Amino acid sequence: MSRSRLLPYLLIGPATVFLLALFVAPLVQTIALAFTHDGAASLANFAKMVGDLNFGLSIRNTFLLVLTVIPLQLCLALAMAMMVQKLEKGRDLVLWILIIPLGASDLAAGLVWLSILQDRGYFNTVLNMLGLVDGPVNWLSYETPVSLFVGVVLAELWRATAIVLVILIAGLQLIPKEYAEAAEIFGADAWTRFRRITLPLLKPSIQSALILRTVLAFEVFAVVYALSGRNFPVLVGEAYAWQHGNQNNGVAAAYAILVMAISLAATVVYIKALATRPETQP
Amino acid sequence: MAGITIDRIEKRFGAVAALRELSLEVADGEFIALLGPSGCGKTTLLRIIAGLEQQTAGRIRIGGRDVSALPPRERGLAMVFQNYAVFPHMTVYENVAFGLRMKGASDADVKTQVERASGLLHIEPYLERYPAKLSGGQRQRVAVARALAVQPAVLLMDEPLSNLDALLRLEMRSELKSVLAASGATTVYVTHDQTEAMGLADRVAVMHEGVIEQIDRPQALYERPATRFVGGFVGSPPMNFIDMPVSGGAARLGAFSSPVAAGDGLVTAGIRAEDIAISDSGGLPFDVVVCEPLGATLLLTGRIEGQLARVAARPDARVRPGDRLSLSPALDRIVWIDPQSGRSLGASPGAAA
Ligand SMILES: Nc1ncnc2c1ncn2[C@@H]1O[C@H](COP(=O)(O)OP(=O)(O)OP(=O)(O)O)[C@@H](O)[C@H]1O
Ligand SMILES: [Mg+2]
Repeated sequence: MSRSRLLPYLLIGPATVFLLALFVAPLVQTIALAFTHDGAASLANFAKMVGDLNFGLSIRNTFLLVLTVIPLQLCLALAMAMMVQKLEKGRDLVLWILIIPLGASDLAAGLVWLSILQDRGYFNTVLNMLGLVDGPVNWLSYETPVSLFVGVVLAELWRATAIVLVILIAGLQLIPKEYAEAAEIFGADAWTRFRRITLPLLKPSIQSALILRTVLAFEVFAVVYALSGRNFPVLVGEAYAWQHGNQNNGVAAAYAILVMAISLAATVVYIKALATRPETQP
Repeated sequence: MAGITIDRIEKRFGAVAALRELSLEVADGEFIALLGPSGCGKTTLLRIIAGLEQQTAGRIRIGGRDVSALPPRERGLAMVFQNYAVFPHMTVYENVAFGLRMKGASDADVKTQVERASGLLHIEPYLERYPAKLSGGQRQRVAVARALAVQPAVLLMDEPLSNLDALLRLEMRSELKSVLAASGATTVYVTHDQTEAMGLADRVAVMHEGVIEQIDRPQALYERPATRFVGGFVGSPPMNFIDMPVSGGAARLGAFSSPVAAGDGLVTAGIRAEDIAISDSGGLPFDVVVCEPLGATLLLTGRIEGQLARVAARPDARVRPGDRLSLSPALDRIVWIDPQSGRSLGASPGAAA
């Protein structure tokens, strides 16, 4: 009797210890770090963070990136998912190819795009061959913020759209095809079927994908770092710079807390904005 | 005006031939049931009529217009799906209104039509609910109301009652019949339930392995099956098939004998269980194995010279397992079947079409 009552706790024990040691403890430490200065509770780290030259810039850049990448990614993934659904032959193969970038780490993805976009990269080579430019053009410098931004957006799209795609395809497969067929019989064209049937029924999957992608997008760092160094400051990049460049882990922790707060806020917004009433699901 | 012509339709899925040169003519306003065992191609045929599936060969005409290559929405029909396919994210009202909205009907027209259709199917109390909060039978009504709301010239139904329990099915069946008759729509109704097909339809098309074996009024189908398959599939219990030797223009078995238009050899007599009178001597020798009192009749199962047979006796008949009875079938109701081809001798080979 007592053994069988203990068993569940024993079974979840290791996982709990693991979580406490590697997740909760660092979280508490980070919070403590962010809110103390010289051993006393204080907001000095936050004051320092906000007072920094790069702070406003990194906030602006991060939000600009998220607000550009996420909608583009959602539209792209939706379009790709609908096309993959329509394929009769070779669906799995196409899907496999589309999700290859998921296997590359952030940094590797950044380096791939660096090799394409740098002065002597493939992109310039092609432009050169076509006679559109003479000599290497610098796309990723401090003086070319627009092309730098476009480069980062491209790399992020390439790297992380597949995860949205996978979630949406899983969701699409749960929708019985009779709904779209019934709509078609009753006169809905392809666009109407997508808008009135598929999209509403896919809402829970869209919500999951958006939450996951947005949280990760606010943490964008390695891709940006690989392409631009600190020419395009973002929040997590600043945390990294304070930690390793300035050796000030208090301000780095403040950045970490800020990113977490923003991610949580975004999640709450999605949960509220895309709430699905349970009785409206199949 | 909106008759359906199905002209030598073929459908193959890879190597599987689901439909083989199938032709069918449905008159305007007629109610046709497609009846057949699982996998015979009923759903495939219905989906091809609807345009949800593309035929491998052949043409479909609706109201004289060739719709073979048109998408479903341009074929001017409505459909009730087997699993209803009522949109879960719309209220019942919006579900019923869907087809009208797609046609761009005004709000006032939508309201009138939705009220009419939901009145016919008694779903007014649920109009503001979501389908997930309805029972299977209520969802079924919503699906039918959605189809009737657009006042379709052609209505297709794929086993619409198969997910309901027996009692509800019976109730919905009679209700459907009156509602559909009033609507005047040309209806093609798929089912594997023969009582449903017989009870509802003007004519029943019996399908088997991708072809229509016979199409006729329910009573004619029952009394004069064109093939052994139809006789065995339609009616409960199925028709009895007794092989008899023929010589000199007469089939004989035991003390039974009947003239038959067949050459010497074997012939199969198709005999309905209720077309048999029980006597003490002078007919087919029948050894009773099982007696089942069914209320209206006493169903006897046994053997005639080793061949399985069923007889519907009067409920008060005094019969026990082990008895030997003598059976006298009504001669004019026997269907003579060629054992080789499985076709009835009366019907010409082309009679199926
Ligand atoms: N998409 C498909 N791909 C391959 N074969 C199919 C497909 N759809 C149907 N078939 C085959 O075609 C034949 C006819 O199928 P269909 O669904 O029309 O049968 P049915 O008469 O409706 O049967 P049921 O009463 O079980 O619904 C079957 O042998 C089936 O396996
Ligand atoms: Mg079927």
